Amino acid sequence: MSAPILKVRDLKRDYVISGGMFGKSKLLHAVKGVSFDVERGSTLAVVGESGCGKSTLARMLTMIDPPTAGTIEIDGEGIDIAAHGVTREMRQAVQIVFQNPYGSLNPRQKIGAVLEEPLLLNTSMSAAERRDAALAMLEKVGLPPEHYGRYPHMFSGGQRQRVAIARAIMLRPKLLVLDEPVSALDLSVQAQILNLLRDLQDEFELTYVFISHDLSVVRYIADEVMVMYFGEAVEHGTRDQVFSDPQHDYTKTLFAATPRADVESIKKRLAAKPAA
Amino acid sequence: MNNPDRSAVVLAESRNATRKMLAEFWFYFSQNRGAVAGLFVFIVLVIVALAAPLVAPHDPDVQYRDFFLTPPVWQEGGNSMFLLGTDAVGRDMLSRLIFGARFSLFIGLVVVGIALTGGIVIGVVAGYFRGWVDTVIMRVMDVILAFPSLLLALVLVAVLGPGLMNAMIAIAIVLQPHFVRLTRAAVLTERTRDYVVAARLAGAGNTRLMFKTILPNCLAPLIVQGTLSFSNAILDAAALGFLGMGAQPPTPEWGTMLAEAREFILRAWWVVTFPGLAILITVLAINLVGDGLRDALDPKLKRS
Repeated sequence: MSAPILKVRDLKRDYVISGGMFGKSKLLHAVKGVSFDVERGSTLAVVGESGCGKSTLARMLTMIDPPTAGTIEIDGEGIDIAAHGVTREMRQAVQIVFQNPYGSLNPRQKIGAVLEEPLLLNTSMSAAERRDAALAMLEKVGLPPEHYGRYPHMFSGGQRQRVAIARAIMLRPKLLVLDEPVSALDLSVQAQILNLLRDLQDEFELTYVFISHDLSVVRYIADEVMVMYFGEAVEHGTRDQVFSDPQHDYTKTLFAATPRADVESIKKRLAAKPAA
Repeated sequence: MNNPDRSAVVLAESRNATRKMLAEFWFYFSQNRGAVAGLFVFIVLVIVALAAPLVAPHDPDVQYRDFFLTPPVWQEGGNSMFLLGTDAVGRDMLSRLIFGARFSLFIGLVVVGIALTGGIVIGVVAGYFRGWVDTVIMRVMDVILAFPSLLLALVLVAVLGPGLMNAMIAIAIVLQPHFVRLTRAAVLTERTRDYVVAARLAGAGNTRLMFKTILPNCLAPLIVQGTLSFSNAILDAAALGFLGMGAQPPTPEWGTMLAEAREFILRAWWVVTFPGLAILITVLAINLVGDGLRDALDPKLKRS
């Protein structure tokens, strides 16, 4: 395999929680020293319960928030937004898709404008070129060209998420961070979006950091899995390793917590019950 | 489909979407009967004001020396030349009211224009940057709000000197904090939304984020507040005019007309009643429109 496109070393992020007027302010360690590499064109899934630091990690990777300590390297280039700010090239290298498709699109912006905004701000393409690019991208994510001039509120959740994905890859980023991109969607739409993400990954050679709490989704899309627990990466390995032979206690608990509805497990559960 | 064909379809669809938004807005607005009536009155007022020289039967400043304090036409002693009677120096009331509409609408427009522009810029900056900028701006606004509005306007006019333009500036400054607070509150709720973060990741700078991304989503309450302030501005200008600090005679401004007619309240009811009615009707109509706009623009009140 080629050199890792994303190199994260000992990444930390603390939040100061003010204790109000009289209380003492506290320091919350949201991410406590996480390190990992992601290969080009592969998918790393980050799994963990709510509040374990997954989204904080995503915000640092996408340069929304600066890390408290540690380094992020994308394609060999170090990123330090606290010191230098973010350059245009770095912005273009990483994009994000948010969990909630209802909040991630500007309600006053037509879909065409949503897709063209990154091009308008980062390239010197003409209006006609931008429109062609936006229309082509709509087609790529499986939306008809008529949707170009519509407003977000005219779309369903799945369609909006397609638009959000299209916007994220307009600039052809190297790395796409997906922050629970399917957890707000119903199951059939989830499958469609996951398939779309796979197709796009092949076509644009994208690298995904896929954040999720849904193990079935992770099993479907991930190459590697990292399990986070209270801000620490407690387990990291290929998908098959982690799923077949979980090492850490928390990972085992996580798998055990997945509801199971096959006949075997129901019989076992009934047998385990004391006879009434 | 070949390319020009497709782009035509896309453009038509885009226009459709815009039209649909407008149609939806009108649907919710027209649910409110009072608002439609208010809008109708307001449009009539605007037309009358614009066409004042054509509509008015007389010049508003001409004094007919033979017709001091002529009562309205339907009352005994009325003259068909002066439909609403004349004032103490023989000027036609109707013509003066019609020309006065120009001043009132102009006052409303200018005051709301100044207050809205200033309020939006200051409010967006305060809400977007937070921190000490926010604190400083909001404390200054609190100080302005702490004064009784008319008193502050009076003080400002006293400093600037009486006159219509100074009165308008004073009223705009007094109304400004309301816009600042409203804008700031709206910006605070919008700035952490995902679409703002997404726009920032797309490379949008602070100015673009503030005014292109966030501001359009904060406009609904501002439009409502703007219409309501429009009527407030007219009222305050009339009050200042009545106190002699606004438009100076012989300007046919409604508040000034009221002030001039003070001494004739008992002898000639029409010289005070009609300017008062004009102010009342205008303010009422605009407030009704403002209510309708709130119904149509506030998603929380929508019934779907």
